[in-house]
Amino acid sequence: MQEWTGLLPAFPLAGFVLLVLSRGRMPRGIAGVIGAGSVGLSFLLALTIAIGVLNNGGQAYTTVLWQWMQVGDFAPGFSFYVDGLTLVMILVISGVGFLIHLYATAYMADDPGFARFFSYMNLFVAAMLVLVLADNLLLLYLGWEGVGLCSYLLIGFWYDKPENGYAARKAFVVTRVGDTSMAIGLFLLFSQLGTLNIQQMLMLAPQQWSVGSGIAVAASALLLGGAVGKSAQLPLQTWLPDAMAGPTPISALIHAATMVTAGVYLIARTHVLFELAPSVQLLVAFIGLATLLMSGFTALTQTDIKRILAYSTISQIGYMFLALGVGAWSAAVFHLMTHAFFKALLFLAAGTVILSLHHEQDIFRMGAMRRRLPVSFWCFLVGSAALTALPFTSGFYSKDEILLAALGQEHYGMLLWTGGVLGAFLTALYSFRLVFVVFFGRDRHQGSSHGEDHAHAAVMEAMSPVMFFPLLLLGLLALGGGFIHVPVDTVFGAVHEEVHASQFLHALMILIPIFGVVIAWGVYGSASYQKAGEHLRERLLAAPIGRRAYRFWFSGWGMDALYQWLFVNPFMVLARLNRKDAVDQIYGWVAQAARVGNSVVVMLQTGNLRWYAISLVGGMVLVIGLGVWR
Amino acid sequence: MDAIPYEHGLILAAILFVCGLLGVLTRRNIVFVLMSLEIMLNACGLAFVVASARWQHAEGQIMYLMILTLAAAEVAVGLGLIIQMYRRFHTVDISVLNEMKG
Repeated sequence: MQEWTGLLPAFPLAGFVLLVLSRGRMPRGIAGVIGAGSVGLSFLLALTIAIGVLNNGGQAYTTVLWQWMQVGDFAPGFSFYVDGLTLVMILVISGVGFLIHLYATAYMADDPGFARFFSYMNLFVAAMLVLVLADNLLLLYLGWEGVGLCSYLLIGFWYDKPENGYAARKAFVVTRVGDTSMAIGLFLLFSQLGTLNIQQMLMLAPQQWSVGSGIAVAASALLLGGAVGKSAQLPLQTWLPDAMAGPTPISALIHAATMVTAGVYLIARTHVLFELAPSVQLLVAFIGLATLLMSGFTALTQTDIKRILAYSTISQIGYMFLALGVGAWSAAVFHLMTHAFFKALLFLAAGTVILSLHHEQDIFRMGAMRRRLPVSFWCFLVGSAALTALPFTSGFYSKDEILLAALGQEHYGMLLWTGGVLGAFLTALYSFRLVFVVFFGRDRHQGSSHGEDHAHAAVMEAMSPVMFFPLLLLGLLALGGGFIHVPVDTVFGAVHEEVHASQFLHALMILIPIFGVVIAWGVYGSASYQKAGEHLRERLLAAPIGRRAYRFWFSGWGMDALYQWLFVNPFMVLARLNRKDAVDQIYGWVAQAARVGNSVVVMLQTGNLRWYAISLVGGMVLVIGLGVWR
Repeated sequence: MDAIPYEHGLILAAILFVCGLLGVLTRRNIVFVLMSLEIMLNACGLAFVVASARWQHAEGQIMYLMILTLAAAEVAVGLGLIIQMYRRFHTVDISVLNEMKG
């Protein structure tokens, strides 16, 4: 099957082309079959390839499709490299992507842009597959930018609302900052190593650079810049919450299967470079830690169901960065996979809730949905349990690995571990706050914005088999995904030595999320404590410091305001100053001079014949005079 | 035979040329302008003839024949235009005809 590797991204790409060429005239049924089916075919192919490779002892191989270009020694190919890491990525992308596509055929059934939606989704998956399959950084960059383009198209999918267009532009511009850094990193790597082929690079770099050398630090820091932008980490995380403007399946696709995991993949793929630059690697860990804590606090205060999930994604990717930063490469990839399962599950379940409530996203207008939306409830519960890392769910194993690896870090192990555990506590708090507010307590949907009597009765679970099947499968994966062994040992070399944490620390790691769930239950869940919980909330908000903290967290630690003040406003001022366009002004002067000259010269043309004659004579006298008295 | 010094001939030609030029510049009646042009042409011709006599070359006299032909053609066309002009504008004053200005 290996010779068919090139078909992996070709299926979704063909789907994209077909759907685009049909220009929306294709019947919905066929468009849905093409959209979901192409990704499904990719998944089947990925599965057969994976089985083939794993039976072969995980032997990596390269498939050259064709030579892309040749400029001197620089000859990047259109070639795919498949090893354990790639296998995990293509399986997650095509598998979870397929389930999301399947779900979306029902979710988007009434949308006028049905075919357009699936064409973008297919292109998204194709670009992401190219990104993870690429055997050189230039091809990877092609996929990287393709993913960025598709995220722009999909976030702004409902483009008739200006704020959606704004969110799309924001995502594009903010990730572009990271992309620029990455492009410079590619130039640097090529100028130093003379190749962009990843495997050659990883082989050459340790031979040419010593550990901690300036070039290695610069190269890995520039690549980190790109990863930070795509994976929505500090300081470029601001685009992700706004990316919730798109339809919910898009959010699931961006958060679970594509886009945000690209940064994690990039760092894992070029991990040798990061090992050569320990300072940058430590920076990765601290970026992850800071991001996961910050977004954890922010998620606590949000009221929009999708924004809470968005911040939880930022926080979970913070965990992956933490793992990358402490050298636990396989733990990061493992968490990437389990996160894909439960985050896709959470988003799709949130989608059914939103759809059932006629596009209501404020969690304080929901409540008591447990009985009315049983399937969504159970899916959400499973997803939240995995997100919180309750024992025996998939998230438990991956987060456990990450925290243990963090503890094993030489100098800052205890600090990183404590931060990670605090983050786990926050995760428990915000995810079960979400569960309890939405599915337990009083039904607050009644008499909401609809204000009609039958609005209440209209709450019915929007659940068709094509929506139920992906939810069921993702739910099973979110529960049992922890038992999947990620076949990346051959990629990352020697397995890290087991970190021996004391029984006490281990127990702490298990108990703290449970403790968080209990607190969330006390404040938001149980009927008996509801009053006390509400009282506590009011007391906290009444205190000036509580209110200020709430507002600060709610705004995402003021990052948006900071960037508005730091970058957007100066840019706007410059734009306003330059509204008349200084460069254009120069050409304006040229035109003005020509116009003035014309109006002067025009006066000479009087129409008077004798005037012409005298100027003729004058000119002649002048010329002859010059000739004679030279 | 005592020849006329060629300087005299050239000075006469220059005087004739300037007279014609002044006529072209100052006269408003286009018939007089045309006559003044003829005088200028003949001044040029005189200069050619004097020069050819001075250097014993025949080209100057041939040149004069060409100027003569040119002058005849010019007068024919010029007078035709003047007649057309008079028919259309009922005037021969060129300072009135200044419509072609920028």
